[in-house]
Amino acid sequence: MFKNLTIGQHYPVDSPVHELDPRVKIIITFIFIISLFVINNFLTYVFVVLFLGVAIIKSKVPIKFVLKGLKPILIIIVITFFINLLMTPGEVILEIGPLDVTKEGIRQAGFMGIRLILLIMGTSLLTLTTSPILLTDGIESLLNPFKKIGLPAHELAMMMTIALRFIPTLMEETEKIMKAQKARGADFESGNLINRAKSLVPLLVPLFISAFRRADDLAMAMEARCYRGGEHRTRMRQLTIAKGDYIAVSFFVVYTIAIIVSRILW
Amino acid sequence: MSIKAENIEYVYSEGTPFRTIALDNINLKINEGEFLGIIGHTGSGKSTLIQLFNGLEKPTQGKIFINDELVGENKKNLKDIRKTVGLVFQYPEYQLFEETVYKDVAFGPLNLELSSQEIDERVKEALELVGFRYQDIKDKSPFDLSGGQKRRVAIAGVLAMRPKYLILDEPTAGLDPMGRNEILDQIKKLHKNSSMTVILVSHSMEDIARLVQRIIVLYKGKIHMHGTTKEIYSQAEELKRIGLGVPQVVEIMGELQKNGFEINKNILTVEEAKQEILKALRRN
Repeated sequence: MFKNLTIGQHYPVDSPVHELDPRVKIIITFIFIISLFVINNFLTYVFVVLFLGVAIIKSKVPIKFVLKGLKPILIIIVITFFINLLMTPGEVILEIGPLDVTKEGIRQAGFMGIRLILLIMGTSLLTLTTSPILLTDGIESLLNPFKKIGLPAHELAMMMTIALRFIPTLMEETEKIMKAQKARGADFESGNLINRAKSLVPLLVPLFISAFRRADDLAMAMEARCYRGGEHRTRMRQLTIAKGDYIAVSFFVVYTIAIIVSRILW
Repeated sequence: MSIKAENIEYVYSEGTPFRTIALDNINLKINEGEFLGIIGHTGSGKSTLIQLFNGLEKPTQGKIFINDELVGENKKNLKDIRKTVGLVFQYPEYQLFEETVYKDVAFGPLNLELSSQEIDERVKEALELVGFRYQDIKDKSPFDLSGGQKRRVAIAGVLAMRPKYLILDEPTAGLDPMGRNEILDQIKKLHKNSSMTVILVSHSMEDIARLVQRIIVLYKGKIHMHGTTKEIYSQAEELKRIGLGVPQVVEIMGELQKNGFEINKNILTVEEAKQEILKALRRN
């Protein structure tokens, strides 16, 4: 059941993109997402596809894996597409019963569809090329300036690391408990919605208990090794900006300028 | 009436680089009324094998028959099979979820859609089978019990389905000696008094030696050895080679014999060993 689910879907190979500083990658991805919403012209997407294409090729991640990220949200993309297609007022081209397809609708739907697909691909590439540990390290480091206004950056990052670490464990646990209850004749697959929701109780109660137990154990184990939060904590692996990062940033600056210029001119 | 496995193969993660063969060419027959032990090292495929026996997993190749019925033919068949073959997982206490012991044990029978009177009867019977006094325990919360007690409640939860075959996966793992003896004694009684077929899965030779009649040794997904308990333990060297070893009693008797004692080394329990050693000493 859970064999096809990949969260924190890191694809471990050696590539220039993998080696980039996670902070650089996070910032680039962040601005990349904003840039997608700045675009108001189909032609500009050429730049985006070009940029993403180069990034994917350089990352040595098979395109299949990047596209796999689209699968879970395919339904959302399709729904957004149709809502935009049918709900945008304007010049009517086609009438399907009470619904009108307008020229503006087609344009809007196409825009939204492409935007969402590129957005998911871009963010997938970030998680595919950055291990969860580096990702949280990067986030922690980026949030550091906000410590002054009382944001617990280290604690947030630690929570994320632990959460990510426990996803596979909890999934394994879920599968085990599910099997145990199935052996007692539980049925998780048939019946109406209410019955199915009810059938989850024998699964969720043991799962929560075990999650709390694990959390307790982990807290104890961390305290036993003198963990006291972020204060004065050093790290074994320091994040450093290298030559590759400068190249990536320059490349990205060119992309950003292209987007802005095309927005103003076209 | 039997469980039969024909040419079973089970492969994990087929079609990926992580492909591993968990079970390979398994053929076996478990007769009704038997007390069988399945031993193997961690990762030898024993847990996978028993999950095939009640249709929780499907073999990649081969067929499993429960009382001549092919497992996994359709959904209804699966429900019947889970009723016939009760499976107690490792650390079964982690599956407890209800507010009271009664409700938890009743979960299985409830899924079988039995009448409430029948359920009452079965819960009472199951709890008594694992050595509880029904009146004392039924309204307690399962989370207030000790580890060994929790485990017995969980086993009762499976027994309440009245399976013909009872499979227990490492039922003594993580228990203290007292809890361990409690559980093993109950299992022994179950087999003796209710003519249930019991399959005990373990890597602990000590547990298995005391109880079972026949042993199947799994090694790297294959049936490596197979025979009566005494036959298996007479091959101590081979067992050690595959990382299993023999019970301490068997080992001591073997050593004594090697050192010139006239002793029967086919001994499985401490009591038998004591008699045998005393006999040998008196002879001298």
